[in-house]
Amino acid sequence: MFDNFPFWPTSASVHARYEDWLFIFLTVVSVVMTVLIFALIALFAMKYRRRHDHEATQIEGSLLLETVWSVLPFGVMLLMFAGGAVLYFSMRTPPQNADQVYVVAKQWMWKLQHMEGPREINQLHVPVDRNVELIMTSQDVIHSFFVPEFRIKQDVIPGRYTTMWFRATRVGTYHLFCAQFCGTMHSGMVGDIVVMDPHGYQAWMTNGQPSGGLAQTGMTLFQQLGCSTCHNMETQGRGPNLRGVFGNPVQLEDGRTVVADENYVRESILFPAAKVVSGFKNIMPSWQGQVTEDQLDQLIAYIRSLNPAPEGAATNAGAAGGNPPQSQ
Amino acid sequence: MATTAVSSERANYLNAEYGIRSWLFTTDHKRIALLYLISITAMFFVGGFFALLIRLELLTPAGDLLTADTYNKAFSMHGQIMVFFFLVPSIPAVLGNFLVPMMVGAKDLAFPRINLLSWYLYIAGAGLYIWCMMSGGVDTGWTFYTPFSSLFSNTHVVEAAMAIFIAGFSTILTGLNFVVTVHRMRAPGMTWSRLPLFVWSHYAVSLIMLLATPVIAITLLLMVLERALNLGIFDASRGGDPVLFQHLFWFYSHPAVYIMILPSMGVVSEIIPCFSRKRIFGYSFVAMSSIAIAVIGFLVWAHHMFVAGISLYSALVFSFLSYLVAVPSAIKVFNWTATMYKGSISFSTPMLYALGFIGLFTIGGLTGLFLACLGVDVHVHDTYFVIAHFHYVMVGGAVLGYLGGIHFWWPKIAGRMYPEGWGRLAAVVVFIGFNLTFFPQFIVGYLGMPRRYWQYPAEYQVYNVLSTAGASILAVGYLLPIIYLLWSLRYGKVASENPWQATGLEWRTASPPPTFNFDETPEVTWEAYEYDTMPLPEEVTLER
Repeated sequence: MFDNFPFWPTSASVHARYEDWLFIFLTVVSVVMTVLIFALIALFAMKYRRRHDHEATQIEGSLLLETVWSVLPFGVMLLMFAGGAVLYFSMRTPPQNADQVYVVAKQWMWKLQHMEGPREINQLHVPVDRNVELIMTSQDVIHSFFVPEFRIKQDVIPGRYTTMWFRATRVGTYHLFCAQFCGTMHSGMVGDIVVMDPHGYQAWMTNGQPSGGLAQTGMTLFQQLGCSTCHNMETQGRGPNLRGVFGNPVQLEDGRTVVADENYVRESILFPAAKVVSGFKNIMPSWQGQVTEDQLDQLIAYIRSLNPAPEGAATNAGAAGGNPPQSQ
Repeated sequence: MATTAVSSERANYLNAEYGIRSWLFTTDHKRIALLYLISITAMFFVGGFFALLIRLELLTPAGDLLTADTYNKAFSMHGQIMVFFFLVPSIPAVLGNFLVPMMVGAKDLAFPRINLLSWYLYIAGAGLYIWCMMSGGVDTGWTFYTPFSSLFSNTHVVEAAMAIFIAGFSTILTGLNFVVTVHRMRAPGMTWSRLPLFVWSHYAVSLIMLLATPVIAITLLLMVLERALNLGIFDASRGGDPVLFQHLFWFYSHPAVYIMILPSMGVVSEIIPCFSRKRIFGYSFVAMSSIAIAVIGFLVWAHHMFVAGISLYSALVFSFLSYLVAVPSAIKVFNWTATMYKGSISFSTPMLYALGFIGLFTIGGLTGLFLACLGVDVHVHDTYFVIAHFHYVMVGGAVLGYLGGIHFWWPKIAGRMYPEGWGRLAAVVVFIGFNLTFFPQFIVGYLGMPRRYWQYPAEYQVYNVLSTAGASILAVGYLLPIIYLLWSLRYGKVASENPWQATGLEWRTASPPPTFNFDETPEVTWEAYEYDTMPLPEEVTLER
């Protein structure tokens, strides 16, 4: 019935239902306040309409009333603040066991690369009920990855990685929009998120091009570019051994400690002098302009794959950390 | 009949001198206000023309009427013109210029020649902008986000940014003039606690103008330098940070929202007591809430960036502060409403606009709470929900306040009454047209329609058709006042000194006022809004 006159967007992720409840709470409060103000104005307008037989009664104000109508609304607003903060924390904290997809945005298309191999353009196939993490960057201007049915959005920024995650709860095809204005065909930078049941997803995966995993491609590239001359994985070479580095703290030459996440690895490839690892010399050449965004993703996936599998690697479908709060 | 009255009129600021030079070289704040009135009205209709193009394109889901590039330019120039060349100067430069000196009992602003300079700067900026528009325009959105603006757009970004840069100095000078005038030029007896709330809100807004506008000037300059000289400040491939631009931009542009709304709140604080015949409820709370908005407004800018990759904890802080800044706005709404309690209310045109303001600003303010809410903002950010929200504040709030103020002080400005029946009709048409235009955008935004889309999925069409229909009604509501206000200049009933029996000092001098405002310096011995001492105005009739 509402096909041509939709009123409420489909809720298709774990965050969507919570977000809807929060939105309804805010709407109820707003409607109550709006009705209150409108009703008072209408009441006063009728009751105190100018007449010859009565004059205005002068009233200075009331400290009590001022206090009440400052403190009470602020109390309700704190509830809104808390509800929004809890949801936001969950949205911004990807679970450890999520399937990773690398996303490169460019004017005006989305390039998506699954860890296991398949590569897609303007379409992302994901299985239902699994955590999926997107690691995103842009080749040119700022874009924004927006899936209304999942109630999630994250800007995609050149020169760094931003991440987002979701768990689809409903099989179906949903909008993917670019939400940050990015030039002429901004409104054409759209696609589909295809949520499939596990069997369908398996079938789709095996039918995809057998290009090998992203990390596999990254390893080949690592050899081709000659990275392995210095970054020897068996012995300590001129550059640090990268085994077990990803996701862990790294001691720098200047005394600081940073976590070796995607952004750190990216920076170390493009601007090696920015953060030199303690005990090493600043001798690595910059790869700025020599590797593409897609190749950076491959290298990062490879370096990530050098880590031993985490202890008790949970199955993704399980309820391990990062789950959204339960909606009441 | 009415025309013969003019010749027998006493000397006033309009008939003091004749000829184009007497206007272009005037230092009279009232004449400068009129120069501004004419120029910003012209810019309003240019911006409105782009709004028309946008609404026509969005009538159908396919991109068919305009090309994608033309559409992108249309919404960019709509935003830039409306924000920088209409809304920011609207009430301060026209009504503020005209009224602040009179309200404090002064002959003019503190620096009359700087006041004229500010108008010339505005004209230089607006002229450069029009030239930029004529030579092809700009397509960056009003926000100029890097690196799109600095490295990718091949439109006239530099000209547009420099036009806004120049116009910014006009804002700074106006703010400076108001601050000094309010501090130094108050008439004897006009203490701070007797200042009209219109002056309080202009004082608050002047502080923002002085402190925030230089930041946008620097930001745009950096962006222009980056574009021209390839500095690399915002270029990630050279170690710069594109998101830094957003911090700098919103550090001005969020306070700028309050530059646009605070003066309207000042107007409403004058109109409601006058047409309720009552002292305003909670004078000091209304006055101090303006200052609170100005101060806290500087600390909320990153709520525009919750999905731009800022840290989790800074997002928390900015969300909290954004809720805090909502409190003083709520205080104002409650006080205006309470002012009507036990009043003696009449529904003249300015009052209709003021009541419309309260209603629409309430909705605009409450939907701001949705955007301050982190988890909800992630979904509605950069969708039509945001467009609806800020049009409720900027048009429903700022523009309705502006129109209400123009009607309220028209007798003082022009010395003539506007036709009351037409005035009320236009107010109702604006209210209906506005709601029909922008309310559907809340729904289509929640459904997920992103802003700045030239083409869109077909399921969003119904709401866009409603919006476009509303916009055509709104356009009629805007054109009506132009016609009857111009008509009233010649045929309107001659206005008395104080047709509304209002309390401000501006009503204790002739309509239109003499060049130096008062025949002798007024001495204030009464509190603000002493409506119990004022007689009721003449019955407002619908006769023309």
